[in-house]
This record gives sequence, C-alpha cells and structure tokens, in this order.
Amino acid sequence: MDLYVRRRIANLVILSLSIFATVIGLAWLAAILWTLVANGVSSLSLTLFTASTPPPGGQGGLINAIYGSVVMTLIGTLIGTPVGILAGTFLAEYSRNSRLADVVRFINDILLSAPSIIVGLFVYAVFVVRMGHFSAWAGAVALAILVIPVVLRTTEDMLNLIPDALREAAAALGTPKWQIVTMICYRAAVQGLLTGVMLAVARISGETAPLLFTALNNQFMSTDLNTPMANLPVVIFQFAMSPYRDWQTLAWAGALLITIVILVLNISARVIANWSRVKQ
Amino acid sequence: MMSESPVPAYAPRAVNGSDTPPPGGRPVLRTTIGTTSTPQQIGKQAMATKIEIKDLRFYYKKYEALKGISLPIYDKRVTAFIGPSGCGKSTLLRVLNRIYQLYPDQRASGEVRFDGRNLLDPKLDLNLLRAKIGMVFQKPTPFPMSIYENIAFGIRLYEKLPQSEMDGRIEQALRRAALWDEVKDKLKQSGLGLSGGQQQRLCIARAVALEPEVLLLDEPASALDPISTLKIEELISELKSDYCIVIVTHNMQQAARAADYTAFMYLGELIEFDETQIIFTNPSKKQTEDYVTGRFG
Repeated sequence: MDLYVRRRIANLVILSLSIFATVIGLAWLAAILWTLVANGVSSLSLTLFTASTPPPGGQGGLINAIYGSVVMTLIGTLIGTPVGILAGTFLAEYSRNSRLADVVRFINDILLSAPSIIVGLFVYAVFVVRMGHFSAWAGAVALAILVIPVVLRTTEDMLNLIPDALREAAAALGTPKWQIVTMICYRAAVQGLLTGVMLAVARISGETAPLLFTALNNQFMSTDLNTPMANLPVVIFQFAMSPYRDWQTLAWAGALLITIVILVLNISARVIANWSRVKQ
Repeated sequence: MMSESPVPAYAPRAVNGSDTPPPGGRPVLRTTIGTTSTPQQIGKQAMATKIEIKDLRFYYKKYEALKGISLPIYDKRVTAFIGPSGCGKSTLLRVLNRIYQLYPDQRASGEVRFDGRNLLDPKLDLNLLRAKIGMVFQKPTPFPMSIYENIAFGIRLYEKLPQSEMDGRIEQALRRAALWDEVKDKLKQSGLGLSGGQQQRLCIARAVALEPEVLLLDEPASALDPISTLKIEELISELKSDYCIVIVTHNMQQAARAADYTAFMYLGELIEFDETQIIFTNPSKKQTEDYVTGRFG
C-alpha cells in the first residue's frame, strides 16, 4: 500500500511537471501570436498591398517588400528545389550504404543547421563583392542555399519510406533505373516531396540575415533583379528599429503577414503529408 | 543418412531433360546428399527445357544460400519450388530474372542457360531479360497510378502503340488475369484501391501484358484469402499452356494442385526434383517424404 501511494505521488509529480513545461512552451507561442495580432491587425489595410514603403512621416504600404519577398522566395525555391531533390535522389536511390553518401549526408546536416547569416556572408563574399552591388539575384541565391538542405533531407527520407518491393516490381518488368526513380518512386512519394518543398519555402520566407547582405533593401518598387530589392524581413528589421511611429506600425503589419503565410504553409504541408499517409 | 550412391557424381542425372545431353565429364548435379534423383521421366515426355540451371551457387555477402543447384525447368509446364523457410527457394527464383542484382552484396555463380545463353553473363541486358522473364511477388505491388496505367506502363517501355491497340492489349491482359470483369468500369481509378486479391491479379496482368516467355511467381497467394488464392491457382493452370511458369510456395497443397514438376529444397540444396505426383506420392528421399507428409519443416 505504501509503495502504491508513493507511485501515485511520483506519477502526479511527473505529470504536473510535464504539463507545466508544455504550458510554458505553448504560452510563449501564444503570446507571440497574440502580440502580433494585437499590434498588427489594426494596421492591416488595403494600402498595404497598393502602396510602396513610405518615407518617414508619409503614407504608404508594403507592396514593394511583398513583391520582393515573393519573387526572391520563388526564384530561391526554383533554384534550390531541383538541386535538393536530385541530391536526395542520389542518396536514397543511387548510393545507399556508400561512403560518399555518408559524407554528403553529414555535410548536408551541417548545412541544415548552419546559421543563415553565414550563408548571407558567403553569398556576399562570392557574389555581391564580385558584382560590385547588392541585387535580388544574390538574395535569391542565398535563399536557394537554404532551400537545398531542407529539400534534400525530406527527399531522401521520403524515398527511403518507399518499400523496396515497389522498386523490385518495377525492375522485374525491365524498367530502366532512371524510369523506376522518376515514374514509380517520385510518383509514390510526391506528397512527401511537396511537403519538403513547402517546409523549405516556409523556412526561407522569414529569413532576414541572408537578405541583409545580398538583396539589401529598396525604398521603391523594383522589378530589376540586378538591383537591390525590398523584402519583408529586412523592411521589418529596418522599420521596427526606427524611431518613427508609422514605420513601426508597418513593421507590425509585415510581421503579421509573414507569420500568417508561414503558418498557412506549415499547415498545408502537414495536411498534404497526412493525406498521403491515409491514402497508403 | 543416405548410403553413398554407386552412381558416379558425373553420371547423367534425371535433372537433365531428355533433350539436353550432359556436358562431357562435368559434374552436373552436386547435391551433398549423394544420390541421384529418380530417372523416371527420362524419355517419358519429350519436353523442351526452357531454363537449365547448372551448379548454381548464391551468396548473400559471404553466406552461401544456394550450394550448387542443378535442375531443368520445362516450357509450358508449372514447376514448383518447395521447402521450409530459409531453404533458398525464393533466392533461386530471384536468380532467374537476376532481380537480386538490385542489391550490391548479393551475387551468383554457376550457369543458368536460357535461350542458349548464360543468364548470369554480366554483359546480358537485364532489362530485356526481365521483359522476357516476368515476375510476381509475394505482396501485391500495384504502382501508384490508375489500373490502366499500371499495365500500360510496362508495355510502353518496349512498344509504342496507338491508343486503340493499347486499349486492346490492356483488355487482353486483364482478361488473361481474370480481372477484366471486375475492373472494366473503373480502369481510370487508382490500382491501390483494389482488394488484395485483385491487386495481385493486376500484378499478374501487368507481367502477362509484356508477353513474357517465363513467369516467376514468388508465393503469389500467401498474402491472400482462400477465395483469391483459388482464383490465382485457376489462373496459373490456364496460363501454363502459354508460358513456362515457376512458382515458389509454402503451401504444399498448392504445389500438389498447381505444379507439374516439384523441386524440394532444404538448407540451400536441391534434395529432390521430379514430377509433382512422384514427389508427393513416392519420393525417393526420406527427407522429401518427411517434408511432404508434414513430419518436418
């Protein structure tokens, strides 16, 4: 009986500690979201999507920053996704258990956890310095470098989930290896691959450091990829640090916008992943 | 357990079909059991040997899983490989289309003659070989695409057909696999939505659609319910008029029902190979008898 009581007490203590830790974790997240909504929602308006960033004291919106973010994220994803998918395919389909694969996987894991400011500095050194000026291209390249490890990792994981029986079945028909990969494995893993890409997009759409050194910022609407381009993270950084009240308000609106987009991307990635699991 | 046979090891064995003389002086069958199979079928039926396996050895890394297997596989007949788990029957089957080669640490040595060539020749075009030797696996493996595309996929690898001809080929394949009536109204639906038994017949249709010469079945019914199993067995007996069929099975009744010839294997060795009827009613080896009567295995 004594033992039983002690066990009950121990259980209660551990349970309370776990709940407490969970609440603390979630509370911060809730507080962040709440602060964003409280401060940002009042400044959400149509002009946000029609006007460019204003000079201090002026009226304006964020359209140039939104446009820049979308363009650079898009180009970064378009460059990074094929590289990541092909490299992940190499690891999962062509070089299982090989030394080279282990090395590539290890380096990729380092890249996956590398601070993004280092990627920014790298692109600054090899790209911006040589070109002599900041540019949207440089920003897109920095983002692409961040996309690669995420997509590579999910691609490898998703392809590894496909049973060898499916590859054997395709090979038994006399299917060449490249067609087994592209027509059977990719098709079986398509939702997983898509999830990886969406997670990568979610990751880079909020990155500030790599853009700070590459695309910098632009007060005006610019569609020229060879010039500096405005983007939400850097605008938020600059406006939030400024002493001007209206700039600070715009920074809140931008922060809320980014958060919503990332939230939507993450949730869709989750939904797509679940949907594929149900189907199988 | 068996007394040493008076027959010298290089003597012609029953396992050489009547149409294939043994290569001069070369030991053909090297079972460590030491005695020959009964030569009863020699001269009884003149059948074409489709595949001739000679002294086949197979290795998983260093482990020898097949220890010198020799046997013929006859055309337009069903040959069953039986034996307890781990005896090497699936391994033997997986040599016949060299599917084992997907895994770098598996290798085979010896000779497997097919169409006058050694099938183990590293220069052989594996994809062409596998188009001629189809395979159906233990678990149904439909591709993640529609029923129609599941079959069209294999055909497209080798032939460029106009739509109408392709439709005909797909219907023909599905009919041969006794699946047409069940799926003719939903050809555009995913193959993953079919029942296990239907999926397996889809896989057979997919293999048959390539019009192979040999069909390898690796425990094709072991994951299926009795009714689906029966359908697969009926299918096998219908298909054997056109193909050379090799089936691996755990189920001895299935071997007895479906196969013309049966090879009993144990621990990587071929213990006995003969007509199914003889294997099951009057085997020459004690081990075979013990296994088919359920006393061990």
